[in-house]
Amino acid sequence: MDARVTNEVNYPAAALDRVQAAASRDKIVDVSVENVVRLFGMTPALHGVSLDIAAGELVALLGPSGSGKTTLLRILAGLDLPTSGRVLFDGEDALQLTVQERNVGLVFQNYALFRHMTVLENIGFGLRVRPHDRRPSRKEIKRRALELLDFVQLSGLEKRFPSQLSGGQRQRVAFARALAIEPRLLLLDEPFGALDAKVRRELRRWLLEIHNKTGHTTVFVTHDQEEALELADRIVVMRDGKIEQIGTPDEIYDQPNSPFVFSFIGESSSLPVRLEKGKVWLDSRPIGLPQGNLPNGPAQLFLRPHDVEIVADPARALWGTILTHRRHAGARRVELSVGQNGSRVEIELPADLRLELAREIAFRPRRYRLFPTANEASAN
Amino acid sequence: MTDVAFTPKFVLSMRGPSVTTEKPAVRIALILVSVAFLVLFLLLPLAAVFYEALRKGVGIYFTALVEPDALAAIKLTLLVAAIAVPANVVFGLAASWAIAKFEFPGKSILNTLIDLPFSVSPVISGLIYVLLFGAQGYFGSFLKSEGIQIIFAVPGIVLATIFVTFPFVARELVPLMQEQGTQDEEAALSLGASGWKTFFKVTLPNIRWALLYGVVLCNARAMGEFGAVSVVSGHIRGKTNTMPLHVEILYNEYNFAAAFAVASLLALLALVTLVIKVGLEWRYADQIAASRRH
Repeated sequence: MDARVTNEVNYPAAALDRVQAAASRDKIVDVSVENVVRLFGMTPALHGVSLDIAAGELVALLGPSGSGKTTLLRILAGLDLPTSGRVLFDGEDALQLTVQERNVGLVFQNYALFRHMTVLENIGFGLRVRPHDRRPSRKEIKRRALELLDFVQLSGLEKRFPSQLSGGQRQRVAFARALAIEPRLLLLDEPFGALDAKVRRELRRWLLEIHNKTGHTTVFVTHDQEEALELADRIVVMRDGKIEQIGTPDEIYDQPNSPFVFSFIGESSSLPVRLEKGKVWLDSRPIGLPQGNLPNGPAQLFLRPHDVEIVADPARALWGTILTHRRHAGARRVELSVGQNGSRVEIELPADLRLELAREIAFRPRRYRLFPTANEASAN
Repeated sequence: MTDVAFTPKFVLSMRGPSVTTEKPAVRIALILVSVAFLVLFLLLPLAAVFYEALRKGVGIYFTALVEPDALAAIKLTLLVAAIAVPANVVFGLAASWAIAKFEFPGKSILNTLIDLPFSVSPVISGLIYVLLFGAQGYFGSFLKSEGIQIIFAVPGIVLATIFVTFPFVARELVPLMQEQGTQDEEAALSLGASGWKTFFKVTLPNIRWALLYGVVLCNARAMGEFGAVSVVSGHIRGKTNTMPLHVEILYNEYNFAAAFAVASLLALLALVTLVIKVGLEWRYADQIAASRRH
């Protein structure tokens, strides 16, 4: 296992157990990506990405489309090659290995099941195409395929064709097919992207179970931050071909290191403020927040809707005019116009609170982040 | 989204009269016009071919078919098709693979060039080969010194036929392969399949109906081609006459019964092709629907 990684990560206890257990198994690899650059023509899809993944870890590559997350996944799979940089599996140069030699289980967003083969033939495909000397007998292939079918809870569907399955079932077949080759690494490209919300939630839970049982090092690409927060041991937030932040879901959610990560993960509003004299100012009023050790000058104040409290005294607090409010699950979402230039801020209030439109309301964020506007980098 | 392939047919049949704006009289008139047209220009000539062929009796019909020159023409036609069709299958597969599955400079030019035989008159296609390989052509003296004859011989006929039937397979495959993309192949490779295994176990089964459809069309054209073959053949009876050329010779000699007898064979081929085509379209539509549903 790569010591550098585990030393700096605060895993939840269950994940730590799994990571340590996986490291003792020889088939499951740790992955090291070193300064990988990928150019498509003149446009860089990846600008020097470095990342260490421990054996048995479940890592999410999260980012908007065009952030390079899929390119990175394809490079790990061997379906694409970096323009420069290194990729190591267990310290061994993976770029020297062909797609076939990498022995990586890939699950595509659209599953890419072979439509002319039955479910069982699909699952057994990776074993059937092995060269003679490494190919199990027909009987053995069938036995293992049936076993995997059972593992993904689809027993009885072995004779169906992919077109006769629901989306969730196809997804499970795609998993079983990838697991059949006893992969050293599982790579999932938007694994739940094409499914409806309910099936997606079920499959997420199911994926966690599978991962806990098999312990594969798993990397999955997603643009859905909720999915990443729920599933991953660690999240790699990407943007424009670069890694913005790497951390556990808690770190990413509670300590986002840039305005981009703050606004990309979870819901948030931002306000232009000024930092001066040890205080945070909106327009010409202090809003009751300390400057901290940030430099004087303009800044962005980021806050999450559920991290605010209402205060009675509008002095030393934020205040805004209620524009709209609507029911949002167990709470009420209120959209406010704050400050002289009318910045929109969304806050969450108890559902039973009576609200009147155009009334003014004073509030203070319980948790927030300040990012100086002039120089984003110094926020780190 | 799931049933894209079905919707046109489905919608038409489900559509009530209120949606179609044409009055009944207009609709009947339209149908009558098209049926009359079909009968006059397609069915009548086809029936005439068989009528003329059999008018002087079944005996004469079969004599005309087993006569040595006719047999030679039939054999040559089969031989030409047997070479041209596989050649264009290989080319069609290679070209559509290249166009559909990866990017390279000049891709759009290749894509356009494939259609060239459709837009060039077949006679000109034949003339190109005369210009290249004929006695006075660019390679004429070289070929003569090597003792190779292309023009007025079987190789010329084969070349001209390949040229004319060039687009049939590729045109069927390119759109289908483009639609299917490369994910199935990537999945197969990542599961450890070699390039060849991926091709035979994944790519080929995915396109098999479209390929067969292309082969049927290609074959019909290869057997029926007249213009290009006529230019390069030299019309040597029993040697370089294909069936269409043989029909023409017999007709010019006022041997109508024999001409129509051979012609009826070609017409029969056309009918068989049509039946296979309809059958495949039926199967193939299903496949497309399945691939979309995927």
